[in-house]
Amino acid sequence: MGIRLENVSYVYSSGTAYEMHALNSVSLEIPDGQFIGLIGHTGSGKSTLIQHLNGLVKASEGTIYYNGESIYAEGYDMKKLRSHVGLVFQYPEHQLFETTVKKDVEFGPRNLGLSEAEIETRVAEALRMVGVPQELYDASPFELSGGQKRRVAIAGVLAMQPDVLILDEPTAGLDPRGRDEILDQIARIHRERRMAVVLVSHSMEDVANYVERLIVMNHGRVAYDGTPREVFAHYKELEAIGLAAPQITYLMNDIREQGYAIPSNVTTVAEAKELLIPILKGNSVRRGGGI
Amino acid sequence: MIRDITIGQYYPADSAIHRLDPRVKLSGTMLYIISLFLFDTFICYGAAALFLFAVIRVSKVPVRYIVRGLKSILILLLFAVVFNIFLTPGEELFRAGFIRITKEGLRLAAFMAIRMILLIMGSSIMTFTTTPNQLTDGLENLLGPLKRIRVPVHEIAMMMSIALRFIPILLEETDKIMKAQQARCADFESGGLIQKAKSLIPILVPLFVSAFRRANDLAMAMEARCYRGGEGRTKMKPLCYHGAEYAAYGILAAYLVLIIGINLVVNRILG
Amino acid sequence: MTSRERDACSRRGIDCSMKMIEIKDLIFEYMRRDDEGNVESVNRAVDDVDLDIEAGDFVAILGHNGSGKSTIAKHINAILIPTGGTVWVNGIDTRQEERIWDIRQSAGMVFQNPDNQIIATVVEEDVGFGPENLGVPTEDIWKRVEESLRAVGMLEYRRHSPNKLSGGQKQRVAIAGIMAMKPKCIVLDEPTAMLDPNGRREVIRTVRELNQREGVTVLLITHYMDEVIHADKVIVMDEGKVVMQGTPREVFSRVDELKARRLDVPQATELAWELKKEGIPLPDGILTAKEFADAFADYMRQCGGQGIR
Repeated sequence: MGIRLENVSYVYSSGTAYEMHALNSVSLEIPDGQFIGLIGHTGSGKSTLIQHLNGLVKASEGTIYYNGESIYAEGYDMKKLRSHVGLVFQYPEHQLFETTVKKDVEFGPRNLGLSEAEIETRVAEALRMVGVPQELYDASPFELSGGQKRRVAIAGVLAMQPDVLILDEPTAGLDPRGRDEILDQIARIHRERRMAVVLVSHSMEDVANYVERLIVMNHGRVAYDGTPREVFAHYKELEAIGLAAPQITYLMNDIREQGYAIPSNVTTVAEAKELLIPILKGNSVRRGGGI
Repeated sequence: MIRDITIGQYYPADSAIHRLDPRVKLSGTMLYIISLFLFDTFICYGAAALFLFAVIRVSKVPVRYIVRGLKSILILLLFAVVFNIFLTPGEELFRAGFIRITKEGLRLAAFMAIRMILLIMGSSIMTFTTTPNQLTDGLENLLGPLKRIRVPVHEIAMMMSIALRFIPILLEETDKIMKAQQARCADFESGGLIQKAKSLIPILVPLFVSAFRRANDLAMAMEARCYRGGEGRTKMKPLCYHGAEYAAYGILAAYLVLIIGINLVVNRILG
Repeated sequence: MTSRERDACSRRGIDCSMKMIEIKDLIFEYMRRDDEGNVESVNRAVDDVDLDIEAGDFVAILGHNGSGKSTIAKHINAILIPTGGTVWVNGIDTRQEERIWDIRQSAGMVFQNPDNQIIATVVEEDVGFGPENLGVPTEDIWKRVEESLRAVGMLEYRRHSPNKLSGGQKQRVAIAGIMAMKPKCIVLDEPTAMLDPNGRREVIRTVRELNQREGVTVLLITHYMDEVIHADKVIVMDEGKVVMQGTPREVFSRVDELKARRLDVPQATELAWELKKEGIPLPDGILTAKEFADAFADYMRQCGGQGIR
């Protein structure tokens, strides 16, 4: 059933001069198994939004339902919610604290009060999912490389076996190689586990390549919600709110303006290639002048 | 909760107090604090409070900012008050079993509370109106004579100013780490004392690691900007006294004379 | 003068322009020691690197984490001293300990984390920190602070607290702090890695302006390819070695090689390369959407005629 938000608002420092609406009547549905991208410039409310989804921040107004139950209901088990809705913060490696990789990943499952055997299997599985080899299980997490640390931290959340995985800029500060590896792993986990994934990102190219649905936040509201193709068709409006479409979208629009019959919302290089080959090889029809 | 701590933070504004030489503010604050312990009549405390509020008005720092800083010492304050009420011998007003409240106890507790509140407010008005760098400069200058007995005054001052700069950053970081561990179902509330202390490890370890990383980065950045101790450094904002500073000292002296005078007069009338 | 002309000069043995930075046979090894202080392992971070940077150039070093690019940056500021080989900054050998402050003054350094390099709690006081350390007279400090803050477009924030600024603004303050020391060269070690796209653009624009307007030599270290397309020269590092070197156009025309090293290329470059593999001869080294669109139009004019348009 997933997560449903109904008119959720959140006000910072309410009643003071610094009062700020971080979220403004947001209604959203995050169904099971969907791969969602969440974008918006810094301060658009996206970080506040994701902290609502696992109950870390309580809405000033409105309600959030997880699998049909209000998470604000009396006696609702927040711990359980947090195990179902896993949240990986930005730079999650900064939260590592244990002496070994394995112990650190055990932290979540242990807090859930699972049996030793269950913890053992979950930890091994989570570390396998993120591609941390067995010989590193007993290493100190502080001695790993940046990319490895990050993967261990993500495994720490995966080990709780959530149904929804939320990642706040999981590739921040990584080099292109580390970035591709992490994104590929997330995509694979999504595919194999049928886990719903919410990926917060600043990279339009990344979300265009991976997600099936894109939510754009601006000033605490949902500005756009649709497939990447639908959203990036608004590339001019996105610029007005401090965002941009992938470079390829602009490139294809430049060519479209030369008078070729191609759509205005191309979002990946592969797609662009498919469209341009017939034109370049000379078996496509040019539309009658201009756009 | 953590965001409520406002002690040691700077409130940018353009006021006569902000522009004052930090040495005046430092010694003024010291004198004011000492003055709080010089008298023992409510009228004098009223006068001291009045003086403080006048300074706050001039400084343009919102009063609620300063009051918010009091929140963090609330427990300490309560403790001191309760301690004084119950443990001061004297004329009994009330007795139930071993608990007794005396007239002297109430009086002392009230004095204690007022003193602490004025003390905190007085020193926070100094930090609110003085940038840590100015504060450090002022301190370094005032403590200058100690250099002769080989006290590393410049180094101490620099450490203080860096600590003040990183307090808000580390507080924010603590908040973030707590949330991240809560997202892994950590529980900071339930359990006994030992359990609670243990639950702090997942917060403290990352916090220390981060503080060390920051310290390391900062040291490198300072060296890259040619920092090599106090020797041969010039100042962007050198300290020198102008009219305003002498006026401020004058006002301070007047306040001290006045308040001690009132105290003497009141005590003579009552005594 | 282009870098090619300069190369020609140096081949003929004429000193046509001052070399800002000269790196010869640089080797740097990290040693890991066990508890007794015995060497446990040696890790070669930089492996025999030669590099020249001319005064006034904008040079970018591209590479993965651990490729040795940051280690090189730290040598230019004499934070690290070579294990082997030599680094000259503005003609000074960085091994000369007594001239370390001259080196640091002539080659300023901006780091990755914007929070961990701002010392003061007010913007202008932070910018003044460097000149204070250099012993600059008070009046000049104020002049320098004002000039540098204006140069990075942060003058109106001079009395603000750095904590309230955005990441991009903090980095611009850090750059102003370096500019106030009047360096000949600025080394930026992944200055945008922790910023959002707007912050990244802000910082790169500022750096380019400083290079063009003030003539400051810039060495930009990054792993974002879109930040290097305006550089005079791009150096690609991998596993401690310089593996590619040239103008952005030259480097980005070798897409196969970049891809093999798992480095990014701009989407326009990638598309052109993909189409070339399909037998469509677009020119090499296309970097921007506009260049692609122009090359596309040219191609269609010349060769596209054979089909029905």
